[in-house]
Amino acid sequence: MRRIRDASAVAVDNCTWVLARRGIVLATLGVVGGCSRGILDPHGPVGESERLILFDATALMLAVVVPVILCTLAFAFWFRSGNSHALRRPNWEYSGRIEFVTWSIPALMVLFLSGIAWIGSHDLDPPKALASASAPLEIDVVSLDWKWLFIYPQEQVATVNQVIVPVNVPVRFRLTSASVMNSFFVPQLGSQIYTMAGMTTQVNLMASASGAYKGLSAQFSGAGFSDMRFDVRAVSREEYDAWLKTTREVSTPLDAVHYELLSRPSVANEPSVYGTVAAGLFDAIVKNPGAPPVLSTEDNSDPSRR
Amino acid sequence: MLGNLTWSAIPFDQPIPLTTVCVLLLAILGLLTLVTLKGWWPYLWREWITTTDHKRIGVMYVILALVMLLRGFSDAIMMRAQLAVAAGNATGYLPPEHYNQIFSAHGTIMIFFVAMTFVIGLMNFVLPLQLGVRDVAFPVLNSVSFWLTCAGVLLINISLGVGEFSRTGWLAYPPLSEVAYSPGVGVDYYLWSLQISGLGTLLSGINLTTTILKLRAPGMGYGRMPVFCWTALASNLLIVAAFPILTATFAMLLLDRYLGFHFFTNDGGGSPMMYVNLIWSWGHPEVYILILPAFGVFSEVIATFSGKPLFGYRSMVLATMGICVLSFMVWLHHFFTMGAGANVNAFFGIATMIIAVPTGVKIFNWLFTLYGGNIRFTAPIYWAIGFMVTFVIGGMTGVLMAIPPADFVLHNSLFLIAHFHNVIIGGVLFGAFAGYTYWFPKAFGFKLHEGLGKAIFWCWFVGFYLAFMPLYGLGLLGATRRLQHYADPGWQPLMMVALGGAVVILIGIALTVAQLVVSIRNRDRFPDLTGDPWNGRTLEWSVSSPPPSWNFSILPIVSGPDAFWSLKHQRTPAASAVALQSLNVPKRSPLGFQIAACVTLMGFALVWHIWWMAILGLLGVLAVGLRNAWRVDLEEIIPVSVLAAHERAREARVAQT
Amino acid sequence: MIDSIDGMLLETGADALPLTERGPASPRVVASFGFWLFLLSDIIIFAALFAAYAVLSKHTDGGPSGTQLFDTRHVLIETACLLASSFTCGVMMIALDRRSLLGTYCWAILTALLGGTFLWLEVSEFGDLVHGGTGPTRSAFLSSFFTLVGTHGLHVTLGIVWLLVMMIQVFTLGFRPMVLTRMLCFSLFWHALDIVWIGVFSIVYLGAG
Repeated sequence: MRRIRDASAVAVDNCTWVLARRGIVLATLGVVGGCSRGILDPHGPVGESERLILFDATALMLAVVVPVILCTLAFAFWFRSGNSHALRRPNWEYSGRIEFVTWSIPALMVLFLSGIAWIGSHDLDPPKALASASAPLEIDVVSLDWKWLFIYPQEQVATVNQVIVPVNVPVRFRLTSASVMNSFFVPQLGSQIYTMAGMTTQVNLMASASGAYKGLSAQFSGAGFSDMRFDVRAVSREEYDAWLKTTREVSTPLDAVHYELLSRPSVANEPSVYGTVAAGLFDAIVKNPGAPPVLSTEDNSDPSRR
Repeated sequence: MLGNLTWSAIPFDQPIPLTTVCVLLLAILGLLTLVTLKGWWPYLWREWITTTDHKRIGVMYVILALVMLLRGFSDAIMMRAQLAVAAGNATGYLPPEHYNQIFSAHGTIMIFFVAMTFVIGLMNFVLPLQLGVRDVAFPVLNSVSFWLTCAGVLLINISLGVGEFSRTGWLAYPPLSEVAYSPGVGVDYYLWSLQISGLGTLLSGINLTTTILKLRAPGMGYGRMPVFCWTALASNLLIVAAFPILTATFAMLLLDRYLGFHFFTNDGGGSPMMYVNLIWSWGHPEVYILILPAFGVFSEVIATFSGKPLFGYRSMVLATMGICVLSFMVWLHHFFTMGAGANVNAFFGIATMIIAVPTGVKIFNWLFTLYGGNIRFTAPIYWAIGFMVTFVIGGMTGVLMAIPPADFVLHNSLFLIAHFHNVIIGGVLFGAFAGYTYWFPKAFGFKLHEGLGKAIFWCWFVGFYLAFMPLYGLGLLGATRRLQHYADPGWQPLMMVALGGAVVILIGIALTVAQLVVSIRNRDRFPDLTGDPWNGRTLEWSVSSPPPSWNFSILPIVSGPDAFWSLKHQRTPAASAVALQSLNVPKRSPLGFQIAACVTLMGFALVWHIWWMAILGLLGVLAVGLRNAWRVDLEEIIPVSVLAAHERAREARVAQT
Repeated sequence: MIDSIDGMLLETGADALPLTERGPASPRVVASFGFWLFLLSDIIIFAALFAAYAVLSKHTDGGPSGTQLFDTRHVLIETACLLASSFTCGVMMIALDRRSLLGTYCWAILTALLGGTFLWLEVSEFGDLVHGGTGPTRSAFLSSFFTLVGTHGLHVTLGIVWLLVMMIQVFTLGFRPMVLTRMLCFSLFWHALDIVWIGVFSIVYLGAG
């Protein structure tokens, strides 16, 4: 009787394990599947490639992980001391064939994944330009305490906490930080990249569908970190041009004075725009982060720069 | 006079730390009063504070780990509660200044003062016993290491009530941790606390490496060492090789903060990137320092409770030493998104995956140890099986993030948080609890309550999945780490499930305390009379429970692996036929406690820029050290009569069974 | 055959046991091995500082670089002092082996004097740099220079203090095993510092020139 009770206790424990975990995983997937807007719902080629890698690698690994988990539970259950049917091998401690297999399986898996890693790292290297018929749009990014400044060097406008881009146009971001390390991240577009003072990093992203996407900082930067959110809007070419036109009419310039005001610590800034940008501002910020930028004295509203 | 220290350092205006500190002070005062009234000080001083016995030091390390688990977990559940409510426009109950300290303290305490101390405690207790020798290589140094760790713990706890803790995360990246962006005392508390305890850990690493390599029973060649000793060797080699990097890096940050140097500042040509590289050159070996002894515990537990030798001893050893070496070649995977370029990223990604090979081999070897065994389902085996199913999931998500483009969207997200908690809880913590339950009878002479042990396991197991599976989902939804509040109310249900998981773990922790109380009360009902309660295979089970201070009255001679198993099953031991001889054991020493007291004073003074006090502390260390240098009476003799009496008492206890 | 004895198994000629199976090693072996490990860990601290120097050596923030600041003649004298002190340390150990109190003291004092000269030269170099406005707070390069070379100098200082304490120990405690083992550890330490200095000299001073 006692052995049957022990066996069933173990069986219940085992079943509980399997069910508990399966239930939780399913619930998680359900919730995740239900709510889109994350990295599993990309709207750009970079994010799509990365999602594919996630799925492929996970599927490959599950092919090994799931049997291992099932075997663990099965062996534990079958070879419990109460089971009279189990064949015991109390001195069995080596098998060359099994060793060969146990080294080969992880090695093969690693071989496959290494291929994915090598190819993926090169294809999706952030500074690598995206294949596209359109010419890239350049945006310079500065992470401040605790907001994001976006300068459009070709258009000579600037925004805070919002990025408007045309759909299906590759965007070449050049990033720096005016204070501490941050990480520029738009989950639905793909790769994030650190921003660091005194240097520039680069990332290329593209929105393949119009819509509004959330952006954030993914590297903790202090008291106002949680509010370092920004909006990314991908719009049609016409809407983009219209937005540019309206923005250029805004009277606030991003000159040394306004930049100094902006660089003061603040939290949860509302999105705003600057109609003009002082020449060489981004480079000056890179050169002297955290200090007032040293700008040239030439007229920064030169129309030939547009 | 008192540097920067003023009354405003005490958080009179912050109810949560103030209440915590008051409660803690009352508890400590109560404990001290109790000890004084009962007259326990001479016993405590003689038997515990000045002990050089590795077993006692090991026990103290584990007690420290369990106590700090309470503080680290309190931080955790506060964070979970905050995130469960701070959705949309809600700001929660913890303002950022406070929340940022809590997550920094949580990580720092859990890694340095729970995981490290637990693992070092187990290694301290077990290694000389498994190696068949009397103590570690440097017993007085062992005491120094322990008390230096305590000094670090003390400093970090003082920061709760005097001043503040750092708000820069558990690794304090510059430039955020530089004076320009963190002008308070928080980062200084963090740095001095970890420098001091880091020194203790390094000395421990030297001590245990020397013990394993130079102090083993006669006949115990490397191929006959238990696998736990191999994993401990790998872990301690990593400590010796990696902790100096931490010391140097923190020293550089301290020089920046105190003397205006420019190692990692934004100005003057400093390089915060270099800090990230240096700190992770330590940081990655650190996680292997934690996991390897846990792997060793599981090797022992699975073999013992399957009633079989461990499958594939040689490949286990190869895999362990392979992991040891490889762990130094992967550090960049912690910052793929820093922009090192495709070739560099790919190299480190592939190196990281290569580490998965020996780890996978280990899992398979444990699996085949179970196969064909006669498995007894005790609490340690529950932890082992729970580990095997949980760790492979964590390992999988780790290998996933080792692919640089995958990491580009997962870095610093809650997915990452879920991954490392998956491997640290599922690996290190489960291993620590398995070892704790497994070796508790050896340390104290009675078993822990078995039913409560299983209940504790279930609470941790279920609680872990409830708390961290939602975090995998949240990471995929775009949630990043260290957020104090979040805009998307759609995340809130998952956050609440996570809080539920934390509550289940809380029950597990409460049951751990209860289990101790119940087991101590009932110790006469489940005694370990033979010294071998589990039908073990290694030498620690050949001595009494608890072992005498000298461990082995007669050093065993080893002729094969699983030395005790051979002893038990191949011939009747004729120990009584061999004559006992008097032996020497190390004398106790107050050096560790004295050094730590001076160092704590020094650390506190340095945090608050009280220079005269710091110099006083330093002079104290020198004075105490010098005095110890003239200590010639290092050992005491255990006469044959004591040995014989012990052996007779042991035989009487065995005869009772 | 499983037997039981206490203590070390000794080598017995033709069927000598391998070293790994002879049981616990002697206290002297254990102590020196442990000290070797400590030295290796210390060298890793230096390795981290070298790495920092290598990264930051060009980060002069518009200020002077090593080429402009270092006086090779000065450094050559420092090096000569330190290398000579290693030699005198070696002779001191020979005298110790012979249990010659006078010999040990003479060579110990020479070692301390040479080490002290090295330190005095180094401190004067640092002082000149600081007075010239090129102290460690001037740039990242200078921070890493001062820290790397200064950490070595700190080790030399501690070594000299250790040597002086050991001299008192030899006087008060005599040539007992504990003292001899400590002197062995000291000489290992002192020679290791020499090796580190070769690295400093080559990478920092010659590297700048």
